[in-house]
Amino acid sequence: MNTPQSYFSEMQSDTGVRSPYAAYDTWFAGQDNKRLTKKSAEAEAFFRRTGITFNVYGQSDAEERLIPFDLVPRIVSSGEWSKLSKGIDQRVHAINAFLHDIYNRQEILRAGIIPTGLIAQNDALLPQMMDFSPPGDVYTHIVGTDIVRTAESDFFVLEDNARTPSGVSYMLENRETMLQMFPELFSNIKVQPVSDYPKNLRRSLEASAPASCEGRPCVAVLTPGIHNSAYYEHSFLADQMGVELVEGHDLRVVDGHIAMRTTRGYKVIDVLYRRVDDEYLDPLTFNPNSMLGVPGIMDVYRAGNITIANAPGTGVADDKAIYSYMPEIVEFYTGERAILKNVETHRCSEPQTLKYVLDNLADLVVKEVHGSGGYGMLVGPAANKRELAEFALKLKANPANYIAQPTLALSTVPIFTKKGLAPRHVDLRPFALVSPKGVNITPGGLTRVALKEGSLVVNSSQGGGTKDTWVLED
Amino acid sequence: MLGKTAGGLYWMFRFLERAENSARLIEAGFRIALTRSTDAEAEWKSVIVTSASQSAYDAQHTGYNSAQVVDFLLREPGNPSSVLSVIKSARDNARLVRTALTTEVWVAVNETWMQLTQVLKDPIPETELPAVLATIRQHSALVRGALHGTMLRNDIYDFCRLGTFVERMDSTARIIDVKYFSLLPSPSFVGSRLDNVQWETILRSVSAHRSFRWAVEDDFTAPAIADFLILDRRMPRSLSFCASQILANLEYLSEDCGKRAISHDMAEALLQRLKDRDITSIFEEGLHEFVANIIRDTAQIGQQIELDYRFLS
Repeated sequence: MNTPQSYFSEMQSDTGVRSPYAAYDTWFAGQDNKRLTKKSAEAEAFFRRTGITFNVYGQSDAEERLIPFDLVPRIVSSGEWSKLSKGIDQRVHAINAFLHDIYNRQEILRAGIIPTGLIAQNDALLPQMMDFSPPGDVYTHIVGTDIVRTAESDFFVLEDNARTPSGVSYMLENRETMLQMFPELFSNIKVQPVSDYPKNLRRSLEASAPASCEGRPCVAVLTPGIHNSAYYEHSFLADQMGVELVEGHDLRVVDGHIAMRTTRGYKVIDVLYRRVDDEYLDPLTFNPNSMLGVPGIMDVYRAGNITIANAPGTGVADDKAIYSYMPEIVEFYTGERAILKNVETHRCSEPQTLKYVLDNLADLVVKEVHGSGGYGMLVGPAANKRELAEFALKLKANPANYIAQPTLALSTVPIFTKKGLAPRHVDLRPFALVSPKGVNITPGGLTRVALKEGSLVVNSSQGGGTKDTWVLED
Repeated sequence: MLGKTAGGLYWMFRFLERAENSARLIEAGFRIALTRSTDAEAEWKSVIVTSASQSAYDAQHTGYNSAQVVDFLLREPGNPSSVLSVIKSARDNARLVRTALTTEVWVAVNETWMQLTQVLKDPIPETELPAVLATIRQHSALVRGALHGTMLRNDIYDFCRLGTFVERMDSTARIIDVKYFSLLPSPSFVGSRLDNVQWETILRSVSAHRSFRWAVEDDFTAPAIADFLILDRRMPRSLSFCASQILANLEYLSEDCGKRAISHDMAEALLQRLKDRDITSIFEEGLHEFVANIIRDTAQIGQQIELDYRFLS
């Protein structure tokens, strides 16, 4: 990958504009660059004013930042989307079946499909979840599958994000912003709406309430508080769903249930959409120093008196070492071939593979097995000699902690710059809701874009931005 | 509503009110400093005392010169009551209770914070001070306007209003307390230069130098001013007005909850002490004692509200 290479452009093919972008291209040709530049600045001011920001850890001053928003939409045809959503649907079914199996009969281990060690030594495996079935057997109520594209019909799943995927508020706000800035576009081009997501989320959570719950289930969102990087999203979702946004100190165990302190006394919660990590969820069970959780919530959970979404212990399924077995997992539980492809993944725990990875470090992307957010990873082609050498040392010291993947030729979508359109690499995170009643996938999702020319890292913490994602009507 | 949310709303509006009151106090002090340079030092000291930040101030400074006091009250991060600190606290509370606010109210608070952090980034030169103080008052009005225009009149609104009036009651009472000597009907002071200056400062501190004239026409005497600040129910910063607003909002909350709270009883007793009184009887009781009791009782009502509505536990 040291030679220049061509990337798949989602807007422009060799023979002209690709069909999903045709109507947009016509509109864009009639636009004045100055007007768009002004619109772009307006969008930023709007995000600031409404407080759509995220907090960056480790920066004391000016801790609130905007995720840059690009005004060129990423457009997907309904045919492309239909294949993607089928693939996601299949994958989330498999992940839930896998989690249920791992925490109960472990048939997949007995069948020898996944090495027992990978599960037994997995930090994300919670012994407290063994021999327990959450309400409706749903583990991952909300999934955000990261998907990348490399060619016309080549889509790959990069990560499954089965713990607490974030970013859905940006999906919704980006659309709102586009509707406000360019209403004329939406009257000419029929785009599938995303605005039902909060309503669907609430329904899906309510449908996942414990069997013992009577009447309309009471749902609440649990946040670590205003200093958390995703606090805006937590408050946004609570607000849009019309439910309370609670913190650990608002909650306690009352008569075997979790209840929140209201001005009139304690009120029972049936479904808790928690945005607090497993480790901090219950100081009596997990990290005893946690101030963010609720002492005793795991006992209430195991007694069947509350639904925790997502269930504790789902991390076992989105670990990057388990990821490498996803094609087998999908086949084992659904009896079908996986619709969405996996990226070829080298497990550094295997000595032969480690050697291969070390020999080819400059061409590979190496990730920590439990890492997220683009931290602790090496993008070989973008690293200099010293960075490669340093990373090789870390890799040799703890090979099992890493996996390696080929550097993918991520597709590009244009962004708007003062000089006009310029291609940048993107990925896509669609959001799937899972309840005992089924899977609901919002058409589109969050498109993240690497704003720096040539960069392949789309994470917001590493200088990425976002785009509105359009799935066209048939 | 969550107890925490009720607390967040209450404190958000206490802080916003505090920012506005500080701006008024500075404005009144600044005017005196400009027009009566000999009284400036004493005047700035009384501003610091009124804002209840004397010990914090004395820990950092000696003497009360204009630039130092203004900077301490507007920008000092170590002063929890500086305008910069309270605006940040108000905004933090607004983020905490984001789900209880309309977009208009939230955006107004967020913009206030963005604007004032910018405006107060560097020390304010004297030439800029009037404009800066005007900006603070304008933003406060903006938030209040958004609150009145867009919020449901439910328990959320009641907690916002309680915060406003508990803070305002405390503030007006402190202004009277610090200057009570100039409000006493002592014949030797009447009509003296000192008196006029003091009265004007007091009235400006509560933005009432014009409304007082309308209300009382030409009875420009100490008892009339005291009466206006304490007992006049038309005057939106008088003790009587604040007490009746506190009581009204606690009444709504009791109705809403179907249960009468202890703070409700306390507010009723407080208003009772201001009702059917005339200023002469207050002077007989002792103005200083009277106001000191009001300050104490207001603080107790505030604490009781926190307990009654489970702000913290």
